[in-house]
Amino acid sequence: MLYDLGYFALLISFVLAIYAASAAVFGAQSKRTQYIESARNAALIVFPLLTLAVLIVVYGLVTLDFNQAYVADVSSRAMSPFLRVTALWGGQQGSLLFWSWLMSAFASAVMIRKWQRDRELMPYVIFVTMGTLAFFVGLSLFITNPFARLWHDPSTGAIITAVFQPNGAMAFVPKDGEGLNPLLRHFGMIGHPPTTYIGFTGFVIPYAFAIAALITGKAGDDEWIRTTRRWTLVAWLFLSIGLILGGRWAYDVLGWGGYWGWDPVENAMLMPWLTGTAFLHSVMIHEKRGMLKVWNIVLIILTYSLAVFGTFITRTGVIGSVHAFSKSAMGPSFLIFVAVTFLGSLLLLFKQLKTLKAEHELDSLLSRESLFVLQNLLFLGIAFAVFWGTTFPMISELVTGTKITVGPPFFKKVTGPLFAALVLLMGVAPLFAWRKQAAAKLGKSLLIPFIGSVVITVAAAFVHWPRHPYSFALVGLWLVSFAALATLLEFWRGARARMHSQGENFLVAIGHLFSRNRRRYGGYIIHLGVVMMALGVVGDEFFKAETQGTIGVGQSLAVENYTLTFEDVRAYPGSDGREIVEATAKLYRDGEYIMTLKPRRDYFVVQQQPVTVPAVYSTPGEDVYVLLVGWEDISWSASTFKIYVNPLINWVWAGGVTFIIGTLIAAWTSLDDKRAASYVLRPEAPQASPAS
Amino acid sequence: MARKLVLSLLAITASFFAVAVVYAQQRYPTDDDVNRVAKQLYCPVCPNTPLDVCETKACQDWRAQIKDQLAAGWTDDQVIQYFVEQYGERVLAEPRRSGFTSFVWLLPVVSIVIGLVVVAQVLRGWKTKRAAPVVPAKPAPAADIPPDVLERLEEELRKVS
Repeated sequence: MLYDLGYFALLISFVLAIYAASAAVFGAQSKRTQYIESARNAALIVFPLLTLAVLIVVYGLVTLDFNQAYVADVSSRAMSPFLRVTALWGGQQGSLLFWSWLMSAFASAVMIRKWQRDRELMPYVIFVTMGTLAFFVGLSLFITNPFARLWHDPSTGAIITAVFQPNGAMAFVPKDGEGLNPLLRHFGMIGHPPTTYIGFTGFVIPYAFAIAALITGKAGDDEWIRTTRRWTLVAWLFLSIGLILGGRWAYDVLGWGGYWGWDPVENAMLMPWLTGTAFLHSVMIHEKRGMLKVWNIVLIILTYSLAVFGTFITRTGVIGSVHAFSKSAMGPSFLIFVAVTFLGSLLLLFKQLKTLKAEHELDSLLSRESLFVLQNLLFLGIAFAVFWGTTFPMISELVTGTKITVGPPFFKKVTGPLFAALVLLMGVAPLFAWRKQAAAKLGKSLLIPFIGSVVITVAAAFVHWPRHPYSFALVGLWLVSFAALATLLEFWRGARARMHSQGENFLVAIGHLFSRNRRRYGGYIIHLGVVMMALGVVGDEFFKAETQGTIGVGQSLAVENYTLTFEDVRAYPGSDGREIVEATAKLYRDGEYIMTLKPRRDYFVVQQQPVTVPAVYSTPGEDVYVLLVGWEDISWSASTFKIYVNPLINWVWAGGVTFIIGTLIAAWTSLDDKRAASYVLRPEAPQASPAS
Repeated sequence: MARKLVLSLLAITASFFAVAVVYAQQRYPTDDDVNRVAKQLYCPVCPNTPLDVCETKACQDWRAQIKDQLAAGWTDDQVIQYFVEQYGERVLAEPRRSGFTSFVWLLPVVSIVIGLVVVAQVLRGWKTKRAAPVVPAKPAPAADIPPDVLERLEEELRKVS
């Protein structure tokens, strides 16, 4: 009964989405506002309907109604209520419904907030969002229905999965469900998947506005960019959070001592982030200089298409991956949808090229515009390399018949230099003026960061060189310190100008800098976060140490200046249907006792899957990450450990937090917005201070 | 007699050294040696998990095999070559830079180079357009802000920074 209700909620959403998309276009073309109003009302009802469907699925998961095929698949008696709720996005049917639900939430929010302001664009925004939604709800409805139930056919003895009762079949209720994949039974389940999905779906808003602007011939002015600026930032923020949490989760559960494995699904998530980042930067050129209009549209089309492509890779298991939890029949329809989205949008752009006339002019090649364009090239270059490396195994199989592996070494070698160039640009670009930058002045402002970073690098070389003679590491360190100093100096310059002109003290001046120009200084905070993460990456890439060995009771294993002494190992049954083997070992640094570590191996009996749980000693400087790799299971007198020493890894996480704070500052709706607007328009704005 | 004894003692001592020398040449491979090789390999059944961290039974067997091969005096490259011959190129973590797989390396580099050339051309085009004595190009009107106000705003922003 309840599931029938959920099913009909889905069905009605599907019909309404199609109606809304059609009515909106019809109303706009024939200038009949009542159709547009009607389309909007239809679109607004989709969100509560999908909310109802989501709640019914969650209800089934929590109450363990194993008659429902999806519940039997991803929920189980052993799972905590928390995990049962998160199982909503733990399998294919649920996560697709969740996708649709998020998208309808974004669509409703933008319709409510922006209805009055962007009346001309709105019908086509409804068309794009509801058209997309119809596709996803259609997938849920016709291919992977979350409300399908299990039926037992007494004549053949077969168990059938179907929404409605097949002839002569009886409802079938298994005693227990399969439960979530063991890797997903983790606190991180509440963070990484939903934030990633919000990021993916959120990009539909700027995309829809861009398409609407193209159709109405208004893409030439920057209304669509200004309307969606904050929405883009929010989508980008969630995608960034998803990436960072995903890295942290991998570090905690995948048991290989790292945070990024260049897995196809990780790459699928990175690609829209890269193009989205390029978009966020290059819209500034459109806004400030009226340039790169076509390019920006290409970027948002690319970003959104890659987001859908990412969902396609994650959800169809077309490329083998740690994330490919299920394979399904929806691959072809998905691929067609991605192709139609991408090619259709480009075609539309081509048709409307004449509405996008821009006056491109440049006083000097030495200008901020040039650096923006270069930065765009680098982001796109990285995105392309990642795309190419991710899809190459398939291409190779098609062309030569042999599948090959494109592993982390490829991605590191190809994207490493490009990322390094980006860090350099990040330090330099904010110092450049629009139109033309005087070389002498530039040299002056770069002098301090340059000297400072060289001093830091030379000092580091003296301290570390004997131990780690890596010249690339020093280049990385120089880049990181240079970009950090250049960015920090921007804060200092801004603050000093205010201190001189307004007589404020340093802290007040910094506070005013932020409130006067959140976007700019939030951006710098983001840059600082990136620099911190880059430092962590340099440490992880060049200074990581590892060792593995089997040791008996009282024996030790040494790596760098750490020693691990084995005490004992034992097995005991754990919660959640797992058998736990846990070793106890003492960690010493330079012979001095630090702490007792208990690395584990959890074996999930039903799924026959082991999960390695590391024991970590964490400090700001480095992590000692200990894995239990094997053990002597008759006498329990010896164990095999793997120890990683991961220097500077916590800078990755700290940088991630800084990054998020910066984005929040840049995106925050502030009371100052109105004041800022009047400040811009005031005819005789007082001349700002002298100084630099 | 005594001489014989000394000789045989010497021989025995020498044989100890010989063992020691052999051991130094072919010291029994440690787990770290195995992992050094395994890092460069992927087994065909566990997608996207390098051999040195994979926990499946098949991968454990592979690592044991690598250990035996290293113990038998094989070099790292010989071991890797063996697995490539047995299971195909897909076991390599890093695609080879020869044959068809060289495309995976070439294309990103080529695309960046082409991109740089295009960017340089475009930027130069923008600059010469400016230099040409046509009607002074107006900056595209951003919203309703008159260009001169925008200009001044830019100037101020520059000064604040």
